[in-house]
Amino acid sequence: MEYAEPPDPILGVTEAYKRDTSPDKLNLGVGAYRTEELQPYMLEVVKKAERIMIDSEDNKEYLPIEGLADFNKATAELLLGKDNAAIREGRVTTLQSLSGTGSLRVGAAFIGKFLPGRTVYLSNPTWGNHKNIFADAGVEWKEYRYFDKATIGLDFEGMTADLEAAPDGSIAVLHGCAHNPTGVDPTREQWGAIADLCERKGHLPFFDVAYQGFASGSLDDDAWAPRFFANRGIEIMVAQSYSKNLGLYAERVGAINFVLADAAAAKRVLSQIKRIARALYSNPPVHGARIASTVISRPELFAEWNTEMDEMAGRIKSVRQLLYDELTKLEPSRDWSFVTRQIGMFSFTGLSPKQARTWLPGRCSLPCCNVENMTQKHHVYMTKDGRISLAGLSAAKTPALAAAIVDSFKV
Amino acid sequence: MTSAAGGLFSHVEQGPPDPILGIAEAYKKSTNPKKLNLGVGAYRTEEGKPLVLEAVRRAEQAVVSNPDHEYLPITGIPEFNALSARLAFGEDSSVIRENCNATVQALSGTGSLRVGAEFLARHYPVRTVLLPSPTWPSHNKIFPLAGVADVRAYRYFKPSSRGLDYEGMLEDLRKAPEGSILLLHACAHNPTGVDPSLDQWRGILEVAKEKKFLPFFDSAYQGFASGDLERDATAIRMFADEGMEMLLAQSYAKNMGLYGERVGALTVVARDAAIAERVESQLKLVIRPMFSNPPRFGAAIVVKVLQDPELYALWRKELKGMADRINGMRTLLFQELQRAGAPGKWSHIVEQIGMFSFTGLSKPQVEYLTAKWHVYMTLDGRISMAGLNQASCRYLAEGIADAIRACP
Repeated sequence: MEYAEPPDPILGVTEAYKRDTSPDKLNLGVGAYRTEELQPYMLEVVKKAERIMIDSEDNKEYLPIEGLADFNKATAELLLGKDNAAIREGRVTTLQSLSGTGSLRVGAAFIGKFLPGRTVYLSNPTWGNHKNIFADAGVEWKEYRYFDKATIGLDFEGMTADLEAAPDGSIAVLHGCAHNPTGVDPTREQWGAIADLCERKGHLPFFDVAYQGFASGSLDDDAWAPRFFANRGIEIMVAQSYSKNLGLYAERVGAINFVLADAAAAKRVLSQIKRIARALYSNPPVHGARIASTVISRPELFAEWNTEMDEMAGRIKSVRQLLYDELTKLEPSRDWSFVTRQIGMFSFTGLSPKQARTWLPGRCSLPCCNVENMTQKHHVYMTKDGRISLAGLSAAKTPALAAAIVDSFKV
Repeated sequence: MTSAAGGLFSHVEQGPPDPILGIAEAYKKSTNPKKLNLGVGAYRTEEGKPLVLEAVRRAEQAVVSNPDHEYLPITGIPEFNALSARLAFGEDSSVIRENCNATVQALSGTGSLRVGAEFLARHYPVRTVLLPSPTWPSHNKIFPLAGVADVRAYRYFKPSSRGLDYEGMLEDLRKAPEGSILLLHACAHNPTGVDPSLDQWRGILEVAKEKKFLPFFDSAYQGFASGDLERDATAIRMFADEGMEMLLAQSYAKNMGLYGERVGALTVVARDAAIAERVESQLKLVIRPMFSNPPRFGAAIVVKVLQDPELYALWRKELKGMADRINGMRTLLFQELQRAGAPGKWSHIVEQIGMFSFTGLSKPQVEYLTAKWHVYMTLDGRISMAGLNQASCRYLAEGIADAIRACP
């Protein structure tokens, strides 16, 4: 090894932010929710759940390979709805795994082993780690058009054309809601067309659901897309994460789900993903799953969770509105409506991704690199693809951010 | 329903049950009141109950009182990594003093092995791993799945003595390709309970140096085997003191009873600090697409226990308590086997060490023991001593005696 690899494109942003000594610095890098005071937020229901758990003095025995049964039942129902036919018919397989990443990895390894030779299609752009996950699992990936730079919205024609052109039976990774990094989601009508396409082509939709409840504040609304596909009888895979919506980031709580044609397939698939999980980490961590299960299964905690989620989603929505107002005030000639059209934690501002090969602050002085301008001149830390995390933005700092954005677009 | 008749997954076959965890499932299904679970390696008290150590309970209280669920760095809690390395290599280890170690938090022993194996498959030119025969079954899966495709067995267990086949082991090691990855159980070999003596470790070290092997220690029982943390790290430290570059997978599942919290660490010992730093950056690239960053709770507990002098002392005491109970069971089972007149020699029961014992029972004998006596254990004849108590030692001894007579 002649050289160390560059820092992780997302997690490395926080590392750089920490090193910055400017009082004006703003971390809009990693997607962890922050309060108006820009502090981490620990959900009340999580504190209560942990207390309940500590008081009941649960043991720390190994979970089964597939994870905590109560959690698996709760998470499948949360995703698909309590009275979902597929669950009732035993056609849903759920395996607790290590948050979104781990669930995607198990799913990817399954694809690599049981659907060999098939290509996975990822949106352009997508969460950076998607590419690495599939690559490390030995699965080929390609991209489908997604973000339209001109409208700062969805390139629906491009997306459907690319998925249409893909070989039958390809895997399409779809963001369940609050697309990361763009914040641009298909409309329900567009989802319908995508479902038609997948059915016609025999594609396997693989939903990445990392923001259920966190995007709109409503768990049900945010699960609309995967439910729609499942209720249409389309076989799907779904990776879930409780990092954001339950604020359980570090406890690595998530699940990989399969909604299948029949119960027999569900059993067989479970037996195979268990083998995959066994060779990766044996069985999943118990603590976070117990917290999630406790919160979901107790009506008073569940209700309180919904309220807290509504507040988090609400703060992000209001900060989007504020940013829109500030940007429009500073630069009324430009259309900033994408800020409030987009949804969720992230926004693709349309600022140019950095062109240089290595990411070393201070090295690049090209005028096209306006992300660099954001960081070097304004101490606003964001990922090099132009993504900002609204979750890291306070109302207090919004005017400064608006000024930085307007300035950087001039660069 | 979907475009493909029978769905996209109709070709997926039912996978075989896990050889170890499958036993627990079978045990659970049994309704016989006499059933005995000697399968999976989790400690049980004399009353047959799982145990959460007092030191852990206290640490847990402290962790929950100061809650923090923010993402850890990719490599985990830095203090955890430093403390884990110190625990394994010793306070005054040159490895640590010279920062030659890249230590990352991972998902217990399995996760540490997997990250290590993936790293080696990418950055180590020799894709051969040498595993003892027998070994924990997952070793055979983890390495090839990670890309270390050439898996070779070296002789280890000698059925005739139920001890170490030292000559056979060295012979097989000498025949192996130069530079092979050499997997070694740091102590309390799983499943046999047979460990090399100090002299034999020296002999293994010599061959490892001769053949330029890359040792990869699997340390899942430090402190749990003999009751003494330093003693159980002897082999690791012997190799490290020789300046060997090596890998180490550590687990806190058994010695801190943190099983389900999935707490462990992978260490790569490199020639110098600069290399270790580059190695760490590469380990991060393995981890990020696997699980992004490790779970916090269990590691936070470990940090508390290792950092707080009172908790640390309490832990050492409880660790010795567990090891003593297991050794007590070994002695008792040995006596009961004599009493039951079980055919054959049984001294290996007390000579072997750690949670497991390789009884020497054959597959038909094990199946008989399960069917007639409702004793659940793995088909290779391995029993978990931790699953025994005073009463069940006698029951098991009688069952074994019966099984050997019934299936000679």
